[in-house]
Amino acid sequence: MKKIWFTRIRIIAALALFCIPTAPSAGQAAESVRLGIAGAHSGDLASYGIPSLRAAELVVKDINAKGGILGRKVELRVEDDACKPEVATNTATKLVSEGIKVVMGHICSGATKAALGIYRDAKVIVMSPSATNPELTQSGEYPNFYRTIASDDAQARLEVDFAIGVLKARKIAVLHDKGDYGKGLAEHARKFIKASGKAKVVLYEGVTPGAVDYAAVVQKIRRAETDTVLFGGYHPEAALIVTQMRKKNMKTFFVSDDGVKDETFIKVAGKYAEGVYATGPRDVSKNPLAIAANDTHKKNYGTEPGAFFLNAYTATQALLNAIQKAGSENYENTGKALRTNYVNTPLGKIRFDKRGDAVGVGFSIYQVRKGFYTEVK
Amino acid sequence: MEYFLELFAGGLTRGSIYALIALGYTMVYGIIELINFAHGEIYMIGAFTALIVSSVLAMSGMSGVSALVLASIVAVVYASAYGFTVEKIAYKPLRRAPRLSPLISAIGMSIFLQNYVLLAQTPDFLPFPNLLPELPLPEAFGNIIGSTELIILLTTAVIMGGLTLVIKFTKMGKAMRATAQDRDMAMLVGINVNRVISNTFVIGSALAAVGGILIASHVGRVNFFIGFIAGIKAFTAAVLGGIGSIPGAVLGGLVLGLTESFATGYVSSDYEDVFAFALLIVILILRPTGLLGRAAAPKV
Repeated sequence: MKKIWFTRIRIIAALALFCIPTAPSAGQAAESVRLGIAGAHSGDLASYGIPSLRAAELVVKDINAKGGILGRKVELRVEDDACKPEVATNTATKLVSEGIKVVMGHICSGATKAALGIYRDAKVIVMSPSATNPELTQSGEYPNFYRTIASDDAQARLEVDFAIGVLKARKIAVLHDKGDYGKGLAEHARKFIKASGKAKVVLYEGVTPGAVDYAAVVQKIRRAETDTVLFGGYHPEAALIVTQMRKKNMKTFFVSDDGVKDETFIKVAGKYAEGVYATGPRDVSKNPLAIAANDTHKKNYGTEPGAFFLNAYTATQALLNAIQKAGSENYENTGKALRTNYVNTPLGKIRFDKRGDAVGVGFSIYQVRKGFYTEVK
Repeated sequence: MEYFLELFAGGLTRGSIYALIALGYTMVYGIIELINFAHGEIYMIGAFTALIVSSVLAMSGMSGVSALVLASIVAVVYASAYGFTVEKIAYKPLRRAPRLSPLISAIGMSIFLQNYVLLAQTPDFLPFPNLLPELPLPEAFGNIIGSTELIILLTTAVIMGGLTLVIKFTKMGKAMRATAQDRDMAMLVGINVNRVISNTFVIGSALAAVGGILIASHVGRVNFFIGFIAGIKAFTAAVLGGIGSIPGAVLGGLVLGLTESFATGYVSSDYEDVFAFALLIVILILRPTGLLGRAAAPKV
């Protein structure tokens, strides 16, 4: 009899133990809304990722100061992917395993693509401020993906129209850096040039990123009597190609993408950067929300914000707005809120279409003039 | 024909940079049979030092040839000091260890130096001032080979000539050759082997630093990672020419540079590396010791 008593006590004790960890969860309403932030915060592409991180921090600080959303504080969960696909999958797994339901990121297209499958299977909503690979939305494979930047083929379309229409390009060399982003853009550009029938692609090549120099490619551009170079890729390679072209006294137009529309490009290429064209997100400097966002950045960090800052600011606002409208981080409801509700952001009044692209966000052509990128009207 | 000459000049320029770095690999290998993977980082540190010194000089109003010479001297001395220290810290304690240990130590050193510069300086690319003077060349000639390219070629040729003389005719050169042939025997006849090895590292690092300064002012930018790819390519050049052989390193560098240039010029830059490494494989199949390498008799 005594033995049975003991057994009962032990069972009760065991049950009690199980109860302890679950008890606090009764007050779940007070738990914060956790927003994952993933992107390149280190490595040589950190200049693309840090501004996004700062944007998210500023938006969240602002919202928390006003009492948060749905009565809950917003909390950031930051993970670095160094722009590398193999790291990004780890980043995604980590965020998913911690129960994050909404992620703002990743920054680079390659990394984003690698991570998206993991998020999709876990029903996590992902919104990138900068991943422009068209496949990400157009393939229909990732219904959990949204972005606040127009896709690469939008940029390629604009670059080709500008080169042929405004610069009167007839012999175009299309170069890329063999990466997902640059090559994707170059492929689209080549397709659009062929379709236009007005200009010829005289050269279509990938250059090796990080090579010691690009002398041979530059000679090839000259030999083909190219009048315009369209480059798909990032600023380190672009700066080197432009420098070597100008040193050879070539006046060839150089048109590139928002991977090149970066202050570092002008800093590194110096005087040779003058006259280079690059597409970048439409100028929103007249938008009062954008002015306010930039001012907050200057106040907090003492510098002008870097690349994709406003896109990230917009993405963070759009995500938090959708969570508020949906009443929770529920996957279906938040997705529906993103697609149906317009939200006022630094990039204008936007919502998202069925594929996840932002309606009301686009590109402009910029030119380096006197050391600054200036919008070409 | 003009196009051919342009590609040839471009290939020679790139090749002579490879050769300058490859010399460091091959000299070290010749003496202690170690592949010094941190060598590419010495090249990068040379370029960075020259950048910092020349920026300081530019602030104090000095520019042109005097700034170039001063910055180069400081960079070469600084990079040599790094080479010397790396050997003392990472390789000397492992001199009697199995061959794999110093190799791993070399890779560790390479990663350490890269990250050290990344943290101490910046992850971004930095603009590098054009230190090399612009020579007024006739235009037809200037299109084939620019003045900076010409300077790179001449500097490399002078340095290599000088190195050959040092190794052939000086006492130190003789000691280096003796140590390369048989370290124990060299020790027995009274050669200070440790000093010879240190000298080798210092000379190799100095050459790499010169390469770093030349290429950085030619292409106008540096960052912490430039040493990695240049180092891999130069290592390839050293193997191609026959690792351990000094003329081999020069020949290997030039052959590699020219192959890359012509592959890009006549085929496609998509296949630049494919051609370079295909050539390496073919040469190693036909001549396993590289172009000018000698089959080493096993040391008893």
